[in-house]
Amino acid sequence: MIPRPKPERFRLRRTMMFMNAQKPGLIKDAYIYGLDSIMLDLEDAVAENQKDAARFSLYHALKTIDYGDTEVIVRINGLDTPHWQEDIRVCVAGGADGIRIAKCESAQDVKTVEKHVLAAEKEFGVEEGRTLLMAALESPKGILNAYEICTASDRMFGVAISGGDFRKSMHVRVVPGGIEINTARSLMLLAARAAEVQCFDTVFTNLDDEEGFEAEVRQNHEMGFDGKSLINPRQIAYVHQTFAPTPKEIATAETYVRTYEEQSKLGVGVYTVNGKMVDIAFIKDASRVIALAKACGVYHGDL
Amino acid sequence: MEIQKAAMAGTLESSDAQVTVTPGGSGIELTLESSVMNQYGRQIKATVLKVLEGLDVRDCKIKVIDKGALDCTLKARVECAVFRSNDSSTENVPWGGVIK
Repeated sequence: MIPRPKPERFRLRRTMMFMNAQKPGLIKDAYIYGLDSIMLDLEDAVAENQKDAARFSLYHALKTIDYGDTEVIVRINGLDTPHWQEDIRVCVAGGADGIRIAKCESAQDVKTVEKHVLAAEKEFGVEEGRTLLMAALESPKGILNAYEICTASDRMFGVAISGGDFRKSMHVRVVPGGIEINTARSLMLLAARAAEVQCFDTVFTNLDDEEGFEAEVRQNHEMGFDGKSLINPRQIAYVHQTFAPTPKEIATAETYVRTYEEQSKLGVGVYTVNGKMVDIAFIKDASRVIALAKACGVYHGDL
Repeated sequence: MEIQKAAMAGTLESSDAQVTVTPGGSGIELTLESSVMNQYGRQIKATVLKVLEGLDVRDCKIKVIDKGALDCTLKARVECAVFRSNDSSTENVPWGGVIK
């Protein structure tokens, strides 16, 4: 029996890889890839007549396999199916770190799931509030309600856009550059930042188009996403590399933090570093860069 | 639990096992085929029998075709087959009770 530590609501989540909970060959070695999170899937990857078998497989995987520092999230079936309530029971009983609500469209969807999660925590003697939640936004309605979804529960740590279903509902296909879902990505990012939760981009499904994948990852990072959903281990390294702060960004952040400490002691609020104005507004971001560099394992300073 | 009808769980994919239970007989009649029979045959049998004991299944025929499944997979497949034979695999499963 593997006791998993209490999940952290905010942690590094650059990569979250989907895996079919019904396939033992996949889920048994998921921890070796160095992913930040794995997403064991009870939803679309599992055939309708194997939902029950997937839960038995999931339960024993959660109880037996040591996933180490890799976070374990489970994607449950949509609230319009007969499966989601038993999905929640098995996730909580098995001690999953979090649950991803598929096809989430409103704060009410989050509250419904939260109510059942709490009931399951009571039923299985799990610490109340332990199980985290995130929502997948897969429709225009979900995107437009992103802020109320993000703020619907203290268990919520983030939202992700699910490109496949979203594009279908908008009558568009994947376009290089992403103009077809640019507005949705942006709205979701605004909502997530306003609600102070994390924000994740959708999967890139064409494994043969490496250039397209890398361009999308860079764009995700430039837009301000915290991470990306993945479908294949070979997508991991590029995301980790792209989302880590560069040595130059780290050096600048260090300078800001150090000089700010010195200057504030002298009673100075605003000053210049290499010709650029610095005040307290820069320090919060500089501290975030250093924290991210530490989490990514690329910080070697002493701050 | 009693085996009410024939039921199957699992696949023949690598790292999986396909388990079929059928009613009948007295005691447990276990048939095992495994790709790792020489190395793990005894351990697989012991695991299957222990799971059946945990579920209080006393009489049944059980066939296991193992493709190198870990213990946790084997357990999951046997339990699912037994619960399916009772039409009780889809809701209110006793996670952490007899399933542990």
